[in-house]
Amino acid sequence: MTVSDPGNMNEALRKRQFSRPGESVILFILTLCAAVSLVTTLLIVGVLVRESATFFEQVSFKEFFLETEWQPLFEPISFGIWELVAGTLLVTFWALVIAVPIGLAAAVYLSEYAHPNTRKVLKPILEALAGVPTVVYAYFALTFVTQDLLRPAFGADQVNVFNALSASIMLAVMILPTIASISEDAMANVPRDLREAAYGLGATRLEVTIRVVFPAALSGIIAAILLAIARVVGETMIVAIAAGSTPQLTVNPFEGVQTMTGFMLQVGLGDAARGTVDYQALFAVGMMLFLITLAFNVAAHFFVGRYREEYE
Amino acid sequence: MASESVRLRAGGAVVRRQFASRASRYLFLGATLLGVSILGFLAYDTVDTGASRLSLDFLTNYPSRFAEKAGLRPAIFGTLWLMLITIVSSIPIAIGTAIWIEEFAPRNRLLTIVKINLANLAGVPSIIYGILGLTIFVRFAGMDRSLLAGGFTLALMIIPMTVIASQEAIRQVPPSLRDGAVALGATRWQAVRHNVLPNAIPGIMTGTILSISRAVGETAALLMIGGFTFIRFDPGPNLTDFADPAGFWAGLEESFTVVPIQIYAWSIDSRREFQANAAAAIIVMMAGVMALNLLAAVIRERFRRN
Amino acid sequence: MVTKEALRRRMARLSAPAVVLLLALAALTVAACDDSGEGGEINIDGSSTVFPITAAVAEDFDAVAGDVRVNVGFSGTGGGFEGFCAGETHISDASRPIRQDEIDACAENGIDDILEIEVGLDALTVMVHPNNDFADCLTIEQLHEIFRTDGATNWSEVDVGFPDQSLSLYFPGTDSGTFDYFVETIIKDVDEAAFHRGDGTASEDDNVLAQGIGGDRDSIGYFGFAFFQDAGQSLKAVSVDAGEGCVAPSLESALSGSYPLSRPLFIYTRESFLAEHPENPVLRFVEFYLNNATALVEEVGYVPLPSDTLEAQKHKIEPFLP
Repeated sequence: MTVSDPGNMNEALRKRQFSRPGESVILFILTLCAAVSLVTTLLIVGVLVRESATFFEQVSFKEFFLETEWQPLFEPISFGIWELVAGTLLVTFWALVIAVPIGLAAAVYLSEYAHPNTRKVLKPILEALAGVPTVVYAYFALTFVTQDLLRPAFGADQVNVFNALSASIMLAVMILPTIASISEDAMANVPRDLREAAYGLGATRLEVTIRVVFPAALSGIIAAILLAIARVVGETMIVAIAAGSTPQLTVNPFEGVQTMTGFMLQVGLGDAARGTVDYQALFAVGMMLFLITLAFNVAAHFFVGRYREEYE
Repeated sequence: MASESVRLRAGGAVVRRQFASRASRYLFLGATLLGVSILGFLAYDTVDTGASRLSLDFLTNYPSRFAEKAGLRPAIFGTLWLMLITIVSSIPIAIGTAIWIEEFAPRNRLLTIVKINLANLAGVPSIIYGILGLTIFVRFAGMDRSLLAGGFTLALMIIPMTVIASQEAIRQVPPSLRDGAVALGATRWQAVRHNVLPNAIPGIMTGTILSISRAVGETAALLMIGGFTFIRFDPGPNLTDFADPAGFWAGLEESFTVVPIQIYAWSIDSRREFQANAAAAIIVMMAGVMALNLLAAVIRERFRRN
Repeated sequence: MVTKEALRRRMARLSAPAVVLLLALAALTVAACDDSGEGGEINIDGSSTVFPITAAVAEDFDAVAGDVRVNVGFSGTGGGFEGFCAGETHISDASRPIRQDEIDACAENGIDDILEIEVGLDALTVMVHPNNDFADCLTIEQLHEIFRTDGATNWSEVDVGFPDQSLSLYFPGTDSGTFDYFVETIIKDVDEAAFHRGDGTASEDDNVLAQGIGGDRDSIGYFGFAFFQDAGQSLKAVSVDAGEGCVAPSLESALSGSYPLSRPLFIYTRESFLAEHPENPVLRFVEFYLNNATALVEEVGYVPLPSDTLEAQKHKIEPFLP
């Protein structure tokens, strides 16, 4: 039995733990530090719930969840959340369509095909993409992607200056390292014997990858994708700048939409009158956003737990 | 009888499968290179657009209605002071939390809750932290749209990731160090302070620096707090304020702007000339962020050799 | 295992970059030897239309009065008045006159000495995509049709000669004085019971609108003349016909009154701010504003006040001048 596990120390040691004066104070301070994070969560939930409650006193749940128009300012005023959720879904969908294949392909290459030296060089570069502030991606979505890529490719008439696709493309760039890195870790953790057995039976590398490694690493891959979704849903700058501020139900990625985060930023910037319903809509949408990202993060952790269990 | 050498050649399905396997290698390599080259391309495009604006003037000028004159001066001050406030308010708490979790907490339900809570907080979108800061610091605590409010908000945002990184660093320290100290008669805290922490510090610093570089680039939360886009003074305390606590505090209560907010403002400006300003500001900010990441990597390497 | 010696050596190696960083910070603080703030601080917020003028004034004012600190925001005319009545700002930019309910809200907070100062005129411009070759001139009634709730959704509904293209709308948000003015002139004056529609891109930020209209073939929108001027070729202005023929927006037509959508631009402050002493930053700023209004308003792209109106404004602050 080692001291490293404070919960199991025997009595003598336990008494000796803080025998010097002042050390219990230190423990107290450390506990306070840990309490800060708990308080933070309580505050977040408290603020969101309290202001949302005020919002829902004036706007019925039915309207919020069943109406399709999101029009907090202009007559006829309507608070149906679906246009914002649809906007979020649209950008998320296209971001995943782009990032998941490329990310998984990169993960496969790094994990199964690449020479260890190549991996040592390429992996950090890929991960550097994760350190880029999102406002930089937002700038690119509005300037390069829309002006120099989408419009020449699809025609300036077809592509709105604020469109969901440019945001999705840069969102995909943003989550590429997440998907690639976590999937690669999951794949690398698959035990060699599984692969060796398949090779022994005459499988090609591609077959081993697809039929053996993928399924074995599936939990990790799913975790990666769920985490990426959570990040995309919560991202503000890229969508606020490039996707526009027109709440609407559309599947056309060349049109502008407004996401939940885009709306929240709009209210925050406009300094809308406090205490009014459109200001409180900020918190109601915030609550939805918080719950959605929480759900995805929890799900991701669940899958990470599963893949760690399987092979460790 | 001489035996003919028979070349064994695979046929049919096997050839296809092997070809597919070899071809797929290039497909996967291509995807990886695509990801990697995007970074290079973005860097090239930014430098191409923004290099013309880069000059000492750009760093020392205030925003202006003339694109050639508009500069980053207040934003740079704002970012530096904001980072100072964020570091001072978040790092001690984060390290303390990590030490508590790894060394002192009883292994019970409370500990699990704290750990799960931290993991969740790390995934909360930054705009929610912005709402939190707006409600608690700006409005409730009356700090208004100040450096203090911004700094505390960012501190709350980066504490979870700093804690997790610090936990990792502490866990890397071999248990024998700790146990040996206690066996020689040290109290628990003595063991931590003199044996565990010194060895964990490099890892903790690396994690801290990476969290700071995340805070440097944060935009949405600060826009919610109320960072301005058009300021013509230097946010933060002045030189003379270092001797004057009241003045110093007043300096921290000033309104502010930061580099990412300027990038945002210049990006959406309908006058095309300002795009060059946005690109130049991105170069400045990325230089800072990369310097920080480099510092973290250097620290990690240097201390690893021992 | 780390010996104390090894640790000290490591710390020494680490302190080198740390010292460099601290020195850099110190150097920058020295460089921040600006004396601004000692002469006072002025908080300004309000109309995004008036913002370019106030920002230009603030910029030039900085050159002559570096000790005064000026912050300029643009949350919208409505948002500006809210902050003004809550005592958060000293000056409120407005692209419409203050309303009675706003005056009452101010009075409730003890603010009853509001001073209105006109600073320029705006030829509110209706804009379409530059490739739009059919919408050269629109009547007030047609504009009403386009912008009212449940109004036209297709260009062909607006006028018989117009093609079959869906309408794409861009307009300021409800906090905007431009929006209020438009509602009054185009919506309410034609039909008291009608409302301004919300299905389009609404933004307090005129940059966003300019980018949107310039990038959308089916677009139509409106905002201040200055932003139209800045956009140059990427936007096309529509002439407005109020019954006397098509008039295009320009400095001349706004000044002469022939352009139907010309409106005054204001700044609002309090007499008590102007009367402050010994430090009177607001008074210095407003005085500078009026003395340089003609040049700066025109530079920014709006219409300078006719000289007698400008003189009348200067009269308003005369009692406070030393």
